[in-house]
Amino acid sequence: MQHKVIDTEDVVIRFAGDSGDGMQLTGSLFADMSAIYGNALSTFPDFPAEIRAPHGTVSGVSGYQVHIGSSDVNTPGDYCDLLVAMNPAALKANAKWCKRHAMILVDADAFDEAGMKKAGFVTDDPFVELGVEDRTIITAPITTMTKESLKDSGMDLKSILKCKNMFTLGIACYIFNRPLEAIYQYLEKKFSKKHPEMIAPNKKVLNDGYYYSANVQAIPNTYTIEPVKAARKGTYRNITGNQAIAWGLLAAAERSGRPLFCGSYPITPATAILEELAIHKNLGAKTFQAEDEISAICTSIGAAFAGDLAVTTTSGPGLSLKSEALGLAVMTELPLVIVDVQRGGPSTGLPTKTEQTDLNQALYGRNGECPIPVMTAHSPANCFYAAYMACKFALEHMTPVILLSEGFLGNGSEPWLIPDLNEYPDIVPPLVSGELEPGQKFYPFRRDPETLVPRWALPGQKGYEHRKGGLEKNHEGVLSNDPLNHATMVAERAEKVARIAKDVPLLHIQGEQSGKLLVVGWGGTYGHIASAFHDLREAGYNVSYTHFDFINPLPKNAREVFSGFEKVLVCELNCGQFADYLRSRFPEFCFEKFNKVQGQPFLVSELVEAIKQYL
Amino acid sequence: MPVLTAKDFKNDQEVRWCPGCGDHAVLAALQRTMPKVSEALNYEKERYVVVSGIGCSSRLPYYMDTYGFHSIHGRATAISTGIKVANPRLTVWQACGDGDALAIGGNHFIHAIRRNIDINIILFNNQIYGLTKGQYSPTSKLGAITKTSPYGTIEQPFNPGSLVLGSKGTFFARSLDVELALNEEIMTAAALHDGTSVVEMLTNCVIFNDGAHRNLSDPAVRADRTIVLRHGEKMLFGKDKNKGLVLFNMGLKAVTIGEDGFTIDDVLTHDAHSDNMGIHMMLAEMKGPGLPVALGVIRDVADRTYDQRMTEQVAQVTDKSKIHTVYDLLHSGSTWEVK
Repeated sequence: MQHKVIDTEDVVIRFAGDSGDGMQLTGSLFADMSAIYGNALSTFPDFPAEIRAPHGTVSGVSGYQVHIGSSDVNTPGDYCDLLVAMNPAALKANAKWCKRHAMILVDADAFDEAGMKKAGFVTDDPFVELGVEDRTIITAPITTMTKESLKDSGMDLKSILKCKNMFTLGIACYIFNRPLEAIYQYLEKKFSKKHPEMIAPNKKVLNDGYYYSANVQAIPNTYTIEPVKAARKGTYRNITGNQAIAWGLLAAAERSGRPLFCGSYPITPATAILEELAIHKNLGAKTFQAEDEISAICTSIGAAFAGDLAVTTTSGPGLSLKSEALGLAVMTELPLVIVDVQRGGPSTGLPTKTEQTDLNQALYGRNGECPIPVMTAHSPANCFYAAYMACKFALEHMTPVILLSEGFLGNGSEPWLIPDLNEYPDIVPPLVSGELEPGQKFYPFRRDPETLVPRWALPGQKGYEHRKGGLEKNHEGVLSNDPLNHATMVAERAEKVARIAKDVPLLHIQGEQSGKLLVVGWGGTYGHIASAFHDLREAGYNVSYTHFDFINPLPKNAREVFSGFEKVLVCELNCGQFADYLRSRFPEFCFEKFNKVQGQPFLVSELVEAIKQYL
Repeated sequence: MPVLTAKDFKNDQEVRWCPGCGDHAVLAALQRTMPKVSEALNYEKERYVVVSGIGCSSRLPYYMDTYGFHSIHGRATAISTGIKVANPRLTVWQACGDGDALAIGGNHFIHAIRRNIDINIILFNNQIYGLTKGQYSPTSKLGAITKTSPYGTIEQPFNPGSLVLGSKGTFFARSLDVELALNEEIMTAAALHDGTSVVEMLTNCVIFNDGAHRNLSDPAVRADRTIVLRHGEKMLFGKDKNKGLVLFNMGLKAVTIGEDGFTIDDVLTHDAHSDNMGIHMMLAEMKGPGLPVALGVIRDVADRTYDQRMTEQVAQVTDKSKIHTVYDLLHSGSTWEVK
């Protein structure tokens, strides 16, 4: 067979197996290694809610998709060039994601009668049954080869089988000409302390997988994906959205001089933020694993009252539980950051899947007139900046701020040019200082005339004793049932939030500044919509695109931006919550909707088709 | 530091509890306690924070000239916890009712105790929901007739003491609203205790549950139906201090000294500092007709507090780590250069 090495711009690889097969690790190792190699990339872990779902069943399949390229990569890719399927169920669940000319690599050993039956195949040819028989199919006896590779290792069978994913990774490295050194380093680091005996076997299996591929000649072509040439200079690292949020919070704490307190309760897919912060007690972060979501936010409100940069992290159901306390934070005018890593809802919904369905909850989900700034992040790495800005707004404007992330962002990763934090804006909370003159009193709700922000006096500061609470008060902090006072305070709290708009970056329009159609997105759909936009522009379509990172208050130029277009198409992963919000604010414009609620990100291809309908 | 008096802790706000409500006396005792605590521990006034939930008693922070936080129903314990962890130098007091702490806020209550966070909880137990005008609470007696139990409740009440001790509480005391001197004594002890201190105040709701504790508070019977426990002292009670508690079979028994062969030597000596929960639990659960209700400090044992452990852990980890700034963090681990 003639073997070719093909240079390609980008490839998408999807690793799929049982939820215990180590596919998340395999995928993330491949991604990390590619990042270090200098590729652009984007990842998409897609796994079930169960930790170890029934072995071999379709519901238990865990997947990790990684898109690597030698120029801009905005999304994890719609369809894959290589599908790695560790068993029949993984093939069945993922065959539909293969491109026309994709390669499919399967562990031949897993395709026995029992495995086929568990996956629900009714014939003995799974490829024909799924209609993918015309793809390049590589059947490698991965289990047998792994056993063979480690037969002299002295390891028990169970431990040997756990190394199957390294054999697979070796094959993938061969196909895409990846250097193995970065993986060696990872294995050494991971096992050096507790299980140094595991380093050598894992390396051996990895190598054997690599050379097996080279020797059997079953693989027709291999590919090289050159490092990004035009990449901006600087130091890079790979980062997930959840990690970036945790680090952004730490950066804001350092810059503002307020110690970080994070009261949280574990919830998918937000837990990794709490876990990451828990590691960083070395930077003074105080993490408090609360007994429930309500305690998580209430301990945070207490910490804010005492002067910390207080944060609580959660997902949709947790945000529901925090609603009443959010109102308390609004009423007491304390700084607080609430991170909601959205997942499929309602109720428990689709815990490990991504959605943008908490927008209404974030905007409106409270009793009373209770405005809260709402902002978002548009990529995993952007979560760092978003978290930093959420803290800045909370601390400087004395308000809770909701940061809406998404499962897709939280678990996804991308290379990140480490920013120079000196270029980030300062964070200056309105703290009181000095001692009051004798006879003078501190009034907790007297406001700055420009921003309407009250000042922040911390328990322990002499002379500033005051009381805050959920009951309505007047500017002096005294309980008040006066109807006009209530009306005034309601208006001032709303206006305080509205005036944050002066610090919100303006919208940027990609494409012409006016025309027939403006495509609008918000949050984590940025990569997909931007890719669709570029595809359409390349195909000669006249379309413009703008993306919202800030939802409340909206950027000040929103009206001006919309006014240039005949129609605005709002694309979002819900039933049209942002479109409805825009309609209520700008009734003079025509907002159309393109929505998806499948617990999955957009496909670039479906966006392109949807946008074309309006062109 | 200037010497503080009770007056320093009062403010100009009008106290809006009903005339005759037991909460007035508890407020007065607290305002008298704080100067004593300040003297003992050298605490400035600005270090006091008074937190509450929702309910009649939860209005208390508004009547104190300290930092105060009137939160939402049931959540006072969580707010207090956050304040204390954020700044362990503060001395945090909490006022909450039986519904607030044991019904809607039950989860926070037991977990604060489990963690042993250094806060002082005054639990106003009037066995009724007052601010919502007379519904039964988790401490209302079985069969209590209230607006939501017109035919009598069919639920067993909580004994707050059992709940505290069952959560491995390190400090539990109980008193009656009318025992002003005793209340100052046990509130001071609560403040001096490192860890979660729970002081159950049996208070009278003059409107919706008047006389709920009269069987104990009535001066004619109080000495015989209650016993004031003090560490290191014999467990004696009665008008003539001639009754005592002894261990008998598997439990406690009230005896009269000189009768049935019992002498003063048989009477137990209270050890509030004993780690052994057994006798403390028996003392907390005593009730009539056979046994007096225990007042005073029932349990006061030393243990590490959550806030101490948190502060120490942060210091230890910071000391060991090579990462001291966010810059260090961003550049740690796997990074690569594009030149």
